[in-house]
Amino acid sequence: MDKVLSVTGLGKCYGKGCPLCITATGPEHDTNLCPYCGTVVAAHDVSFDLHEGEILGIIGESGSGKSTAVKCLYFDDAPDSGEAVFHDGEQSHALFDLNAAQQRRLRNHRFSMVYQNPNLGLNFGISAGGNIAERLLMSDMLDYARIRKRVKELLSRTEVLPSRMDELPKNFSGGMQQRVQIAKALSTNPPLLFLDEVTTGLDLSVQAAILDLILEIQQELSTSMIVVTHDLGVIRSLTNRTLVMKYGRIIEAGLTDQVLEDPQHAYTQRLVASAL
Amino acid sequence: MSYPFGFMDEYAKKEVRRGILKAIAIPGYQVPYSSREMPMGRGFGTGGLQLTLAAIGPNDTLKVIDQGSDDSVNAVNLRSFIEMTCPGIDTTASTEEADIIQSRHRIPEKPLSEDQLLVLQVPYPDALVVVEASEEKRKQMHSEADYSRLLVKLYEDIVKFGEITLSHRYPTRINGHYVIDPSPIPRWDVPRLHRAANLTLLGAGREKKIYAVPPYTAAEPLEFDDIPFRVEDFRDEHGHRRRCQRCSTDDSFLDEFINEEGDTVYQCSDSDYCNTRLLSASAIKERCLG
Repeated sequence: MDKVLSVTGLGKCYGKGCPLCITATGPEHDTNLCPYCGTVVAAHDVSFDLHEGEILGIIGESGSGKSTAVKCLYFDDAPDSGEAVFHDGEQSHALFDLNAAQQRRLRNHRFSMVYQNPNLGLNFGISAGGNIAERLLMSDMLDYARIRKRVKELLSRTEVLPSRMDELPKNFSGGMQQRVQIAKALSTNPPLLFLDEVTTGLDLSVQAAILDLILEIQQELSTSMIVVTHDLGVIRSLTNRTLVMKYGRIIEAGLTDQVLEDPQHAYTQRLVASAL
Repeated sequence: MSYPFGFMDEYAKKEVRRGILKAIAIPGYQVPYSSREMPMGRGFGTGGLQLTLAAIGPNDTLKVIDQGSDDSVNAVNLRSFIEMTCPGIDTTASTEEADIIQSRHRIPEKPLSEDQLLVLQVPYPDALVVVEASEEKRKQMHSEADYSRLLVKLYEDIVKFGEITLSHRYPTRINGHYVIDPSPIPRWDVPRLHRAANLTLLGAGREKKIYAVPPYTAAEPLEFDDIPFRVEDFRDEHGHRRRCQRCSTDDSFLDEFINEEGDTVYQCSDSDYCNTRLLSASAIKERCLG
């Protein structure tokens, strides 16, 4: 399988930083806050590869750095150190060496993000169809009839009634808003999709439906995905491989089955044991 | 105390002229400038006024119009202010005779020549302001020619109303890159910016921006491939093009109003165009009768 993304040594600190930040924090010190200078080491030495059509899970408690890592890769935040190479067909892009315009181009055309809160991913002032149209217009689709057709396809694919495409997303239920967000994210057929806690806050039956949808799409389009969650159920049902993060470090990585059946690190063991 | 020619001091004029040159060099780009205090409220055409004052010389002939009319309050006041502060200039109501035409919300019907300068007064220079509140982000969007959100607005219009409902300030792409707010000119005037022989300068006094459409430069309204831009439709219920009730022309932008009898009537918005048509019609009539 071809690599889509390879990340090496990604790090991000919030604060002024000191030479002792890295050695004084981490799971073995039970903190990510540097005791000398008060810097938050949000992520340190995060390395992993993502292959084509693979779903990679990142699990960890709040503040473990899982979202920070994804934010850096989606250019929502700039990392302090590390490299990430995105392999796009023939081309390879060193993500953090690109200028701002090139980064935005990749973000708009080749990546997509589905946020936990639909407020972040959707503009509630324009119709559901308009939200999806925005991404299509960004990639230079300027034919009104074609845009309408594509929006309808996407919405019926994500099981939102196409007849409601001209309604404002605020009239939709949480699950439907999430489906619109997914439809928007998929509109440009991105090879890489980030999912940040997509099912958090939805009721269980809706969660299951959304997870089903994501799996189906992944099988149809073989989109590579990075799924950030603190929910073991999501990890179990979606992902092939899992990274476990704590205090900004990756403490365990491996096949999802392996991590869940035979956890090595004490934290992972506790996590698996605590799952109902 | 007497004021220098053109009211502004030479340094102020120099700054505006530099802004103008930069605006011409980067068609459609909004050049920031300091926008001096003028002896009238911002929003009353101070942007256009500063451009005119920086460009005009003692031998120039000036025409000032407000929505096509030479006799509107804004036009009359600006004209008398410029006459007062620029001794030696001529003013005219004739589009043809003018070297500089300062206008509010209209482009004269008669196509301008290479020797003429059109100055438009602009209230809101940035077309993106309706979709993005932060100027920093707007500048980024302009630099990347990212106008997808403007197009989404047009999309939403078509969804809701079946057509694009913008009547004026129609976003227009200059020279294939920057999208400008062409000032509140009606749609009718937008195609007349496209590859026009004259230089058009746009000045926003309150917002402190200058931008330009240089001669023979492409000015294309934003549109969808399958839903083209269209100008105002002046056909009546029978499909006939309405005519000006005064000069009977059927090829100008018409104002609709209600006359003393309570009837809806239409008349040219460009008063000089209307007068010229009327004069030539009466000349022909005289010749025929005499």
